[in-house]
Amino acid sequence: MKQQMDFDVKDSLQLGGNYGLLKLRPIAQEMPLIEPGQFAQVEVPNCKTTYLRRPISINYADKHELWLLVRRAGAGTNALCDLRAGAKLNLVLPLGSGFSTQVSGRVLLMGGGVGIAPLLMLGQRLLANKTDVTFLLGARTANEVLQLDLFRQMGETHVATDDGTLGHHGLVTTHPVLAEHFDHVACCGPMPMMRAVTAIAKERSINCEMSLENTMACGVGACLCCVEDTSDEGNVCVCTQGPVFNINRLKW
Amino acid sequence: MVDLSVNIGGGLTLKNPIMTASGTYGYGEEFADFIDLSRLGGIIVKGTTLQPRQGNPYPRMVETPSGMLNAVGLQNKGVDYFVKHIYPRICDIDTALVVNVSGADVSDYVGVCERLSDFDKIAAVEINISCPNVKQGGMSWGTTTAGAAAVTEACRKAWNRTMIVKLTPNVTDVTQIARAAQDAGADAVSLVNTFLGMAIDVERRRPYLSTITGGLSGAAIRPIAVRMVWQVAQAVTIPVIGLGGIMNGRDVVEFLLAGAKAVQIGTANFIDPQVTIKAIDYLHDYMARRSLNTLSELTMLS
Repeated sequence: MKQQMDFDVKDSLQLGGNYGLLKLRPIAQEMPLIEPGQFAQVEVPNCKTTYLRRPISINYADKHELWLLVRRAGAGTNALCDLRAGAKLNLVLPLGSGFSTQVSGRVLLMGGGVGIAPLLMLGQRLLANKTDVTFLLGARTANEVLQLDLFRQMGETHVATDDGTLGHHGLVTTHPVLAEHFDHVACCGPMPMMRAVTAIAKERSINCEMSLENTMACGVGACLCCVEDTSDEGNVCVCTQGPVFNINRLKW
Repeated sequence: MVDLSVNIGGGLTLKNPIMTASGTYGYGEEFADFIDLSRLGGIIVKGTTLQPRQGNPYPRMVETPSGMLNAVGLQNKGVDYFVKHIYPRICDIDTALVVNVSGADVSDYVGVCERLSDFDKIAAVEINISCPNVKQGGMSWGTTTAGAAAVTEACRKAWNRTMIVKLTPNVTDVTQIARAAQDAGADAVSLVNTFLGMAIDVERRRPYLSTITGGLSGAAIRPIAVRMVWQVAQAVTIPVIGLGGIMNGRDVVEFLLAGAKAVQIGTANFIDPQVTIKAIDYLHDYMARRSLNTLSELTMLS
């Protein structure tokens, strides 16, 4: 069930110069069950120029804690990254439908930049389900490969950086591990990356899911602003039918 | 004892004056997790057309100072889908169910009204002659007195329950359009729909919206909406339903003082999905603190 909840900011960490990790604790309500790939609509406190909430992927959640990994993309996300421990934050969650968590065979989780955020929780869930998981993380440069230690603790983790400062030198979509066999790919990242991964997966007939980040207003399927044109239903809300879509539905 | 009930014309009494604005609240059920929908004065569902519509291409929305522009373009699955699949799910919510009706031609509007008239739990229709985001029909009907009168008169013949006509603010004198709707048989008018606006991404040197222009809503438009509601309330004898940038209970009172009999809350639902209930509670407390028993006592002081 979706709900509106107040949280305490327990910890606020600056990552890689351009990112913030907010560790939140619910104040009064009990944490709802959250599926990997779901998101929250996050209020932006202390910001004169924003009006709407910001849709942010849930990076990690358990009964007591919820993490949001935020890229500084504008005034709203800057204000969120600038929050300090002790601040209060209002969230509407959990929203959308997440990644498939019952998948068989060898699974690749691919994240680009802040797109790695939902893959942390997805990796944890897939491992708990005894799935064979490999991670491939991409970023512009070494210090923007976020939460690398946490991914490495989970399993085989490959890295690509645009400038070659860590791992494979080049786009994540050119990493040699992609030549190996995978049965299922889950991906979240910038649009050009997701389109390139979709092309690769279609060519090789790999089952593949993408997490989209279309601009949203309501987050609950009421305003119809965030639509994606699908092959089966035409324009559908990314906030309710997504953010995760099987590439079979996308007209990419 | 505070009584918030109000008659908005055509014999329809709302339990309180707070409704949700069309296009911002889906079919109500999207908000069922957050609030008790039966506490609302009314739910005005998404604009419904005779044929299904895919709406405009993405991107359809951009945030602006204290507001947002949208260019959804009346995406909906059509009136037949509505009555078969959506109406049965929402018709038993204990609130006034209002269907927003839109079309390109007069015959489209009439067709939707006729199709809806068999479903007796629809308390009212809101005739949308004010959508700024469609190429045909929509706002073009609401920018002339002749157009407003033509749609209103034709729908009046096809619909015998309460009929609200929703007006666009993108006109020189909204009072003339309101009077035309009244004279053609409207039971009430609602205003304002969104203001036509535009925003450009200066980095990409392109408009943000696929349609270039879109409708501006949110707190940014509230003072203009209050002024227009105040003008129309003096120009017509039928009830006026006020909307435009209401963010909380205080703003509801502002519209009621301007002469609105009821209000609609729209964009604010995106920011606080419980805003409607908070506004109802605020209004109740506001009245109680001033020993006002009925909404007719809530008027601007001279």
